[in-house]
Formats: sequence, structure tokens, C-alpha cells
Amino acid sequence: MLVHSRKGRWALWAVFAVLFLPVFALPLAVIVMASFAGHWSGAFPSAFTGEHYEAATRGESLDALTTSLLTALGASLIALAAGTWAALAASRLGKGGRRVVDALFMLPVAVPSVVVGLALLVAFSKPPVILNGTSTLVVLAHAVLVTAFAYQSVSAAVRRLDPAYEQAAASLGARPAYVLWRVKLPLLLPSLTAAAGLCFALSMGELSATVMLYPPDWTPLPVRIYAATDRGAAFTGAALAVVLMAATLLVLFAVSRVRTRASYR
Amino acid sequence: MNSGIRFDSVTVTYGGHDGHTALDALDLTVEPGEVMALLGPSGSGKTTALRAVAGFVRPASGRVFIGDRDVTALPPHRRGIGMVVQQYALFPHLRVDENVAFGLKAQKVPKADVPGRVADALELVGMGAYAKRYPRELSGGQQQRVAIARALAIRPGVLLLDEPLSALDAQLRSGMLAELARLHRELPDVSILYVTHDQVEALTLADRIAVMDRARLQDCGTPQELYRRPRTEFTASFVGNANLLPVAVGEGSVSLGGAELKVATDGVAAGAAATLCVRPHLVGLGPGPNALTGRVTEVQWRGATHRLFVEVGGQVVKADVRELRQPPLLGEEVVLHFAPEDGVLLAAGVRGG
Repeated sequence: MLVHSRKGRWALWAVFAVLFLPVFALPLAVIVMASFAGHWSGAFPSAFTGEHYEAATRGESLDALTTSLLTALGASLIALAAGTWAALAASRLGKGGRRVVDALFMLPVAVPSVVVGLALLVAFSKPPVILNGTSTLVVLAHAVLVTAFAYQSVSAAVRRLDPAYEQAAASLGARPAYVLWRVKLPLLLPSLTAAAGLCFALSMGELSATVMLYPPDWTPLPVRIYAATDRGAAFTGAALAVVLMAATLLVLFAVSRVRTRASYR
Repeated sequence: MNSGIRFDSVTVTYGGHDGHTALDALDLTVEPGEVMALLGPSGSGKTTALRAVAGFVRPASGRVFIGDRDVTALPPHRRGIGMVVQQYALFPHLRVDENVAFGLKAQKVPKADVPGRVADALELVGMGAYAKRYPRELSGGQQQRVAIARALAIRPGVLLLDEPLSALDAQLRSGMLAELARLHRELPDVSILYVTHDQVEALTLADRIAVMDRARLQDCGTPQELYRRPRTEFTASFVGNANLLPVAVGEGSVSLGGAELKVATDGVAAGAAATLCVRPHLVGLGPGPNALTGRVTEVQWRGATHRLFVEVGGQVVKADVRELRQPPLLGEEVVLHFAPEDGVLLAAGVRGG
């Protein structure tokens, strides 16, 4: 405990509540309230109803949730594989080489995601590879956008990994591939799952690149939320948003269970 | 299997062409079954030499042989070595038995043989009862035993030990020292390269000691040779912390600040300057042969002994004497002595690199 007096601690909690609640918690609470609202004209909504959820968990909306989950799963797996590979490879490069790779992976984060979306759309609308209007392009776009985060969190972990483990394994006669599978990746597992969770969450919420690319039969949930809100059905949008939030949190929770089981020290 | 180690003029540099030389043209042979200690202060190149055998550093020039095999260009996993490092480096995600089995599985030892060999290796270091624990559940000494078992399970011809005891406390260290000596008696064919900065470990375990300083081999010989008859000043001071006194050589005697001392002067010409080397514990307090008179400048009580620092003719002589009831006072005049056969004369010029 950094603050010892009881009063001081209460004061700190109060400051925290004033700062935190309006910024982080209240908007989320409002979304949840709105998702149950039948009517909202005063300070609080009225005529509570569950019909938005009925709509949000059926038919096209349910498809959209499945689409989002599949897209996020595909994108985070690709991002994790590519990011981990790049992080492991970069750790063997010299200082200059590593800086180049670092910068390369920062690019999709630095560039607005609308631009990334447009760039992919233009690039894959012409031969030799035409992916225009396919679900593959959506997954690919998400992967491009989130790989940077996978790369960064894994490469930080790789840099912290004690080379003594790798050397001990090599001295015991283990080939590099065996060392990678049996020593390095298991030791990196906590940060791999953290990276996977982060990528998944980011992909679940991605909108700006997605709207440039999505085909009619592959509509992720954020696009539907946007569409619902756009035509004035804000309460339906709110219900969809709560579904999106719940699904994401559920997956993150499952991933964090893996992570706690995988931390050894 | 012939499994010695031979360094043939091995030079290692870090940081490119004109980088700093960590190991300078090392020539050294470890005979099969021999325990060779690489002894030296930090930065002396001893760990670099070990890493060159393991394959973690690439020599800039020279060859490294294990047995008759030139391993200079081989990657570490093809060298057939066992290695134990200061921080154990046990795999934290594997249980003790899985750690020991790691090398066997990596080398594709038939599955049926693995459990038996793991049990044998753990039994050898007395850790059989801990097979199902995780490394984090073991003490430092236990972890080091497991690390040794892991290195021995693959039955290497060469065992590399890099400061294996320096992370342990003093009491555990002496226990492990005895343990290592016993292991070596049980595995007489394994050549051991033992890197340490602790002269007690080197004197206790090694068949021969290679003394390193500033990237160079300074001296190499049996512990008795190095201790009793050091050839360089560096060896004399690093192994046993000897008194090094500049003296003028006469016929069958030397003079130190006016005092005539009888020591063997063979090999050193009369009239030359030389260094007299005397171990502090061989210096006695009181009159005797080769008496030196001087003033006490410092007294350190070390429990069983007192270390006296006595200024004799401008030189400080260290003397370790049995605990004194009445230690001399600072500034008091005392007489020290040593037996003629306990003095070793080092010719000037052998300053130790």
C-alpha cells in the first residue's frame, strides 16, 4: 500500500471513481440500458423490452456474430503465426535489421485503417490475385491490421527470454526446430495467448477497413451495428453492441484461463 | 571413446574485426577423463573458452577438438557435450524427470530406454525422490543437482561446468564440491572442463588448473605445482594470495630491506632482481629462520586465524597466524619468520602477462 492513511485512501478511491466512471463505465452502462429500451425521451429510458435481443440473436444478426467470430479467429491465428515468426526471426537480426522489421510492422498501425482497407481493395481487384468481394479479403485485412500488435507483444517477450534455456537445450543435442517447439514456444506461451486475445478483440471491433471490403454474404457484426444505427434503429444497434461485447469478453476470458495455466513462474 | 578437449590456438573476438579480444590464442589440452579447471578473474576469457567448446561462440581463428573430432564448425547440438551453467537453466515448464529426459528425447534415444536412464541419472545426484516436482519447487542446490543429472543423462564424453557453484551459499557449495568429486570418481571416463574464479573449487576438484588472465593462458599445471611452485606472479597471487616481495638475489640467499633470507636461488643469477613468493599461512610470528622485523599496520581477526599486515623495509608482508590471545597492537614492532623451503623465488620478467 502506497498510501497509508485511511482518509487518503478513500480520497484516492473517490478521485478514481470520478475520473474512471464517466469515461469508461458510464457509456457502457448506457449501451446496456439502451439495448433494453423501448422508448427514451427523458434522462432515463422507459418501456423496457427484450425484443431487441430477440432480433439480435436471430437470423442475419446471428450470422453476423458468427461471421465476426470466424473473421477474428482467422485473423488472429494468421497474425499470431506471422507476428511470432517475424519476432523470432528479428531477434536473430542485428540492430539495424531489427529496426527495419520493427518499423515495417508498425506501418499498418501508423496508417489509418481506411487506407489499409482501400489499399487491399485496389491491390486485389486486379490480376494475378483477385480477392475482391470475398470473405478471404476481409480476414486478410483484419490480419494485416492486427499483426503489428502480435509482433510487438511477442518480440518483447522474445527479448526477455533468457538465452540460457535455448543454449542448455542445444547442448543437450536438440536441433533448432526441437528447441523452438519444446522450449521457446512453451516459454513464450503466456505472451502468445495474450497476443492472441488482443488480436481477437481488435478484430472483433474493426469497422473502418471492413466497410470498404465486406461482401454481402460476409457481414461482420460491427458493420450491422453501424447499419442499424445509420437507419435510426439505435436500440437494435445497442443490443447488437452488447452481444458483440459479451462475445468478445467471453473469448478473452477463455484465453486468459489458458494463460494463467501456462504461467510457470 | 576418446573424449579429451583440445584448443589449438583458439582466438575469440567480440564485435567485428577490430573488436575486443576475449580469448587470445589459447593452446590447451584436456586429457580424456581429466578434470581441468579454468581459473581466473572475471573477464579473463575462461567462460569464453568454455563457450567455444560448447559452440556458442565462433573462434575468429584456431580449431577446437573434442576427442579426435574437429568441432570448430559444428553447431552446439552436434557436439555431444553436457553443460551446466551458473543459473541452472532448468526448463521451468517441465518436471524434473522431463528436464532430465529432454536430451534423451531430443537425441531420439529409444523410448523404452528413457525412463531407466532418467532414473539412473537422478539417482546419481541423489534426486530420485524429486522426479515429479517442478524446478521452481526445488532449492538452488537441488536445482543444480538436477541440472547436472540432465547433462549427464545424455552420457556426454565431455562435461562443461560454468561456475556451477557460484549461485549457492558457502555451506551448500562445499557439499556440492564433495558431490562433484564423487561424481567424477564414478564417471572416470568423462573429461570435465570446470570454469571458476574460486581457487578452492579449482584446488579441490581439478587434476590440472589452467590459470587465465586478460584473455591469455598464464600458467597450467597440477594444483600442487601451481600452489607450491608458481611460475608467475599472477599465479602466485591468484592461487593462494601469496606475498610477493621484490628482492635482490645473492649467493644462496636474497636480501629484502637489509635482511638476509635463505631460499633456494637455483635458476636465478646472483645480483639480479627477483620476486620472493611466500604463502601467508607459512609465515610465523616470532623469531626463527629467515626473520623479518617490521611494524604492524593492520590486524584482521578471521575467527580461527589472525591476518597480520606487517611493513618490512617498505613492503607489506601478510601473515596468517593461529588465533592470538593477545594480538599485536597497531604500530608495534614484531618479528616474522618463514622456513627456507617455503619461499619460492620468481625471476624478474615473469610478471604474469
